[in-house]
Amino acid sequence: MSDAGSGPLRGVRVVELASELGAFAGKLLADMGADVVLVEPPGGHPTRWFGPFVDDVPDPEGSLWFWHYNTSKRGVVVELEREPDVFRRLLEGADIVLEAEPPMRLASLGLDHTDLRPDRPGLIWVSVTPFGRNGPSRDLPATDLTILAGGGPAWSCGYDDHTLPPVRGGGNQGLHTACIWAANAALVALLHRDAGGVGQHVDVSAHAAANVTTEAATYEWLVAQATVQRQTGRHAAVVPTRWVRTTAADGVDVHPGFPPRRPGEFRQVLDWLGELGLADACPDTEVVRLGAEMDRDIQLGQVGEDPLATEIFGAGRDAVRFIANHLPGREFFVGAQRRGLTAGVVQSPEEVLDDPHVRARGWPVAVHHESLGRTVTYPGVPIRFTGTPATVRAPAPRLGEHDAELL
Amino acid sequence: MTGDRASTMNGRPLEHLRICDFTGQLAGAGATRLLAAFGAQVIRIEDPVNEGRWDVLRGAAPFVDDRRGGELGGGFQNHNVEKLGVTLNLRTERGRELLERLVAVSDVVTENFAAGVLEAWGFGWERLRSIRPDIVYVSNCGFGHEGPYATFRTWGPIVQANCGLTFSSGLPDLPAAGWGYSYMDHHGGNIMAMAVLAALVHRNRTGEGQWVDMSCTEAGSALLGPVVLDRTVNGRPLRRPGMPHSNRSDSPQMAPHGIFGCQGDDAWVAVACRDDRDWRALAVVVDEPWTADPRFAAVAGRLAHQDELDANLSAWCSGRDKHGIAAALTAAGVPAAPVRTPEERIDHDPDTAAWGLWPAVDHPEMGRVRVDGVPVHLSATDWAIERPAPLLGQHNREVFGGILGVSDDELAALAEEGVL
Repeated sequence: MSDAGSGPLRGVRVVELASELGAFAGKLLADMGADVVLVEPPGGHPTRWFGPFVDDVPDPEGSLWFWHYNTSKRGVVVELEREPDVFRRLLEGADIVLEAEPPMRLASLGLDHTDLRPDRPGLIWVSVTPFGRNGPSRDLPATDLTILAGGGPAWSCGYDDHTLPPVRGGGNQGLHTACIWAANAALVALLHRDAGGVGQHVDVSAHAAANVTTEAATYEWLVAQATVQRQTGRHAAVVPTRWVRTTAADGVDVHPGFPPRRPGEFRQVLDWLGELGLADACPDTEVVRLGAEMDRDIQLGQVGEDPLATEIFGAGRDAVRFIANHLPGREFFVGAQRRGLTAGVVQSPEEVLDDPHVRARGWPVAVHHESLGRTVTYPGVPIRFTGTPATVRAPAPRLGEHDAELL
Repeated sequence: MTGDRASTMNGRPLEHLRICDFTGQLAGAGATRLLAAFGAQVIRIEDPVNEGRWDVLRGAAPFVDDRRGGELGGGFQNHNVEKLGVTLNLRTERGRELLERLVAVSDVVTENFAAGVLEAWGFGWERLRSIRPDIVYVSNCGFGHEGPYATFRTWGPIVQANCGLTFSSGLPDLPAAGWGYSYMDHHGGNIMAMAVLAALVHRNRTGEGQWVDMSCTEAGSALLGPVVLDRTVNGRPLRRPGMPHSNRSDSPQMAPHGIFGCQGDDAWVAVACRDDRDWRALAVVVDEPWTADPRFAAVAGRLAHQDELDANLSAWCSGRDKHGIAAALTAAGVPAAPVRTPEERIDHDPDTAAWGLWPAVDHPEMGRVRVDGVPVHLSATDWAIERPAPLLGQHNREVFGGILGVSDDELAALAEEGVL
């Protein structure tokens, strides 16, 4: 990948010790063009045994978890305990080290940043750990689930029925949250060095990262000492809010957006009902027509106070839901947005790949796995750099794939 | 580099950078908050005509007391610490001229308006690069500036619904739980900051600026990985009966793995056994006959009988204190954590306290208020959050006078004319 062209971080060199917790940070940097060398122990890192597997056959070269989190990286095998000098040599010319080892492990091997920095004043060393290198809980075990539970997000996520447990948001987001901060902090340190500063240690706490990623749950407490309560499919709130989603004709849930308040918006809904042949079937059509004929907007303060405004507002909301119930989810979303209504559709992750907008922007990436003779569609990268496009440049390295060129 | 703010060895790491900032809400303001905490000079531009309300959080709840007003919004204050604030009426020629001069001495322009808004004011990408050829311009909106949905509008819940995050969170046979807050507003901001930082790394190496057309929905979809590959490689969609079940873990396979009810009102503990060693350690702590059931001895059996396993563990947890359970399990090496309430993690958690995670700022209207800190520490040049969010136009003199050299008399005239 050293010869692969693009991405804003081209020329930045990273040495990453393979880990579950830090892998996404390495992927972010690698897909943005950094040359990331992934260091695995003999036999491969344990994440190679995380499912799902290609064709459901457990194989350390076929872990889709490993594939996803290690794109665009080169890979070598080094046994730190027995080959410390090989690891030291890998650091020649490296800008950044990324690791998520237990806090004392590298020090016990004489390979922590304090051991290696005297010869490498410019080296940036990023440690991602559950509670930080020095926190009171630094030695306690943690996973994505326990980070999201102990760090705040789970409190806000779940159902109106509080006999059901709070929910861990899906997709390893506790790990991702730590890794996004790790990548950002690494780049901050790199820019400081560009400006004449020294290399330094970056201590990332996944627990702290989760804590400052909970929006109003945190600042309702900080500002007003109020506690939000979780609600089905909507923001946790101090004062309960009403259910907003509805189910489209194909069983997909949709988010109807803010109900109409302006005459023009009621006109759009009325016209849409007509175009769909639903004007007679929808029980709210005539009241929506009143909305379209209003000479001013409905103010939110009128709802619940002014009987006519309340009725028109409710009819607009219900008519939009009625339309949603009669269309496939994505068709409703597109139709509503084209008419100026801020609607959404609850897509599953794989459905995103088929979305015409996402495809038009070239977001999914076809990656060729030469060793399998197979081309696989991957999720694209989070950022669209127009000058230096970032992308998934290569599949995850096979075990020791780059030993010969790097060691 | 912009020359007039010297980099210092012992200050903050981004002190040499200036950001001309139009961001708002959290998905944009969160980006420049991060940059400001690390020392970048972030100049937040607000519209004097509508008193800065293009950011809907200016003046929005929560509030410290019964007072209301544009300087009293708790979320706005949280998201805009460490920034400078100026007013500039871009409907006026003088306003646009001052913006042009500000862009010329800035490293970065950031905005998260709907697509096309900044261009309609005359400051699209082509114009910005003509003012300053190496400028980094990062726009961030729901669907980006290009593509069939470019004109569509979003806010947090829509982004999360469309990108796949909402669907991915829930219990089987129930509606998607979603996230319960605008998770992607946080990461929209954080990833927008990443766009700025990475584009500056490139600029430093090549002298080239660029436009980054960020789509918050795209960024959200990029946070979902192995489940997508399971579809594209194995043909297995996440939309299937019994899924998602996001309190469980298929990748990696873990059981038990869930959130269990404890003694007390709405009290819960999360428990995860990563492997058979964790399971055996848990069995010692729990010390009940069912833990010796041979079906539970290996992970395959625990996964195959997970409902029964969960029922047993749930019953054990139900009469016990969540903190006690988590302490006993983690002491035995098993990952566990209480589901902490905001009060517990902010006011009674030794880890967030030791980190310094809730710095306080003195706001002239709100008083002393604690805010989110930063979850990384840099050993040589760390972040600092000391200044509150700016009042409307608070730094007009510092910015237009101090940076652009506009005299006090002229500033007074500009204010009189409605330019500031």
